[in-house]
Amino acid sequence: METIDLTTCTLRELNDRLQRQSEVTNENQWEVLNPKGAHAIAVGLNAPLEVLIKGSTGYYCAGMNQKAEIIVQGSVGPGVCENMMSGSVCIEGDASQYAGATGQGGLLTIKGNAASRCGISMKGINIVVYGNIGHMSAFMGQSGNLVVLGDAGDALGDSLYEARLFVRGKVSSLGADCIEKEMKQKHLDILQDLLTKSGADADVRDFKRYGSARKLYNFDIDNAGDY
Amino acid sequence: MTNQNIPMTTPVKPWTFDDYTNSYIRRAASTGIYDIRGGGAKRRVPHFDDLLFLGASMSRYPLEGYREKCDTKVKLGTRFAKNPIELDIPITIAGMSFGALSGQAKEAIGRGASAAGTSTTTGDGGMTPEERGHSSKLVYQYLPSRYGMNPDDLRKADAIEIVVGQGAKPGGGGMLLGQKISDRVAEMRNLPKGIDQRSACRHPDWTGPDDLEIKILELREITGWRIPIYVKIGGARPYFDTTLAIKAGADVVVLDGMQGGTAATQDVFIEHVGQPTLACIRPAVRALQELGMHRKVQLVLSGGIRTGADVAKALALGADAVSIGTAALIALGDNDPKLENEYNELGTTAGAYDDWHEGRDPAGITTQDPELSARLDPKTAGRRLENYLKVMTLEAQTIARACGKNHILNLEPEDLCALTIEAAAMAEIPLSGTTWIPGKTEM
Repeated sequence: METIDLTTCTLRELNDRLQRQSEVTNENQWEVLNPKGAHAIAVGLNAPLEVLIKGSTGYYCAGMNQKAEIIVQGSVGPGVCENMMSGSVCIEGDASQYAGATGQGGLLTIKGNAASRCGISMKGINIVVYGNIGHMSAFMGQSGNLVVLGDAGDALGDSLYEARLFVRGKVSSLGADCIEKEMKQKHLDILQDLLTKSGADADVRDFKRYGSARKLYNFDIDNAGDY
Repeated sequence: MTNQNIPMTTPVKPWTFDDYTNSYIRRAASTGIYDIRGGGAKRRVPHFDDLLFLGASMSRYPLEGYREKCDTKVKLGTRFAKNPIELDIPITIAGMSFGALSGQAKEAIGRGASAAGTSTTTGDGGMTPEERGHSSKLVYQYLPSRYGMNPDDLRKADAIEIVVGQGAKPGGGGMLLGQKISDRVAEMRNLPKGIDQRSACRHPDWTGPDDLEIKILELREITGWRIPIYVKIGGARPYFDTTLAIKAGADVVVLDGMQGGTAATQDVFIEHVGQPTLACIRPAVRALQELGMHRKVQLVLSGGIRTGADVAKALALGADAVSIGTAALIALGDNDPKLENEYNELGTTAGAYDDWHEGRDPAGITTQDPELSARLDPKTAGRRLENYLKVMTLEAQTIARACGKNHILNLEPEDLCALTIEAAAMAEIPLSGTTWIPGKTEM
């Protein structure tokens, strides 16, 4: 286990050491102490590392992650895992705005709540939130899955493309072109797989599925009121 | 006298409701949708043509043309990046996407720019291997849509350009209509084939300049502080936007006036939102100067740059380099009169063709149609772009020498005069034959 204390080590040194690790590194277990809300911690990783961050972080923690497994023992600021490509990230506390924004792959688990715009423009990432999510979540979501064990705020899935949304609790309102859809067996399978991988204790039968009505895919003047 | 013998006045069409306006109304009434097109503002606005260089005489002496050196090398991104971009000429190629342009056009641009010693820029949709392979210096645009955005390509880039806005549509997003979404474009953007692809007008994970500072930090950390970070802004509020971009940590500010082109947006947006390029540059330079950052944070100006004279005037007003988009496409073969018959079949004429979003470009440039794209030979078109870039550079050097400058960046506002009151006010240059700068000095 390699330990980096951010009271004695700079952010640049931390990220540089993590980014230098190769696919076959022996130094694959890392512990980061005293993050104290710093921004851009553990960004741009590209190796199968295990990184444990002991405390809360600022913006863009684990941004553009590839292959690494990152656990944050605290809460995270805006844009956690933005544009993540692969790997897994688990937040034991809450997440601020834009969690998983534009993510293209991997699994983001948030054990607390997520604020507004969770999964905005998601492009393949899987996100599981144990608590609630804020308004405008999954806005323009292109693909991937957003699973919410709690409630969803206003305008869920506004202008949605092909991302799948699963919500167990109450949805304040659906955004433009987002509708409730039939939960088929293949969706139950996807949902069960994500619940298992994220360690969430929930019954797939309690969820509803939401997706795109696909009415806004090509501009039609008669739908102008929906824009 | 009979009615037949009464002299008639010539029929007069109203200025307010001219033929174009009437055709616009009829089109809107027929279709129920606004007009979308490519390119930049077509209206006449004060521009670099309204400025002149004074040249040298008794009080200034010139350099010998073709004999005395006039350097054109520029370096962009010297503020924080370990590896700034070094260019042989102060003319770069603006961001244009694979998707909006054919693969052949992107390759041709890479070939031409590299041969001329300058950089090219990706666009919405990401970086293609062909583009990277043919561009010796490639700027990777970081756009609100994040289509095709990935850290592997980010690390391959020579610079990153965070696009906040563009001159054709400051405050607007983009739209790639379904007919241009080929299998490859759809795959790169992770969207179904054939649907309209909207590009957001705001970034999904930051809001405002304080957030931008942190976003820039993240991008620097991911790329090891090696490459410059540009911030591109549309010509909306250039003084404040430049100030905020500098404070957010930009290495380079790219400022795009309303004549700057776009692949597709509403005509009403292009013609009625934003400021002319000429009106944008001095407020931006003033922001740089007040922060002590002029020439430390480089300013790249774009929007209607066409000739070496335009280049020289932009640099004299304080830019460090310029960027071209529409002009580069014309150099490749866009809107060429030799295609007039085919333009006629599309209901337009050479020089006016702007339905780039429809993907039916007979020149093979703004299309994803395999047969049309194949019309453009990347080597030949690349050579045309190289020639054009070299001509513009020679022209700018000619002017700089005539003003007594041994480096093109030594051109200065004092070398210029304005032909019109409007241009004098916008460019903050004295009206020709006077010392009057409207709004600045007494007449």
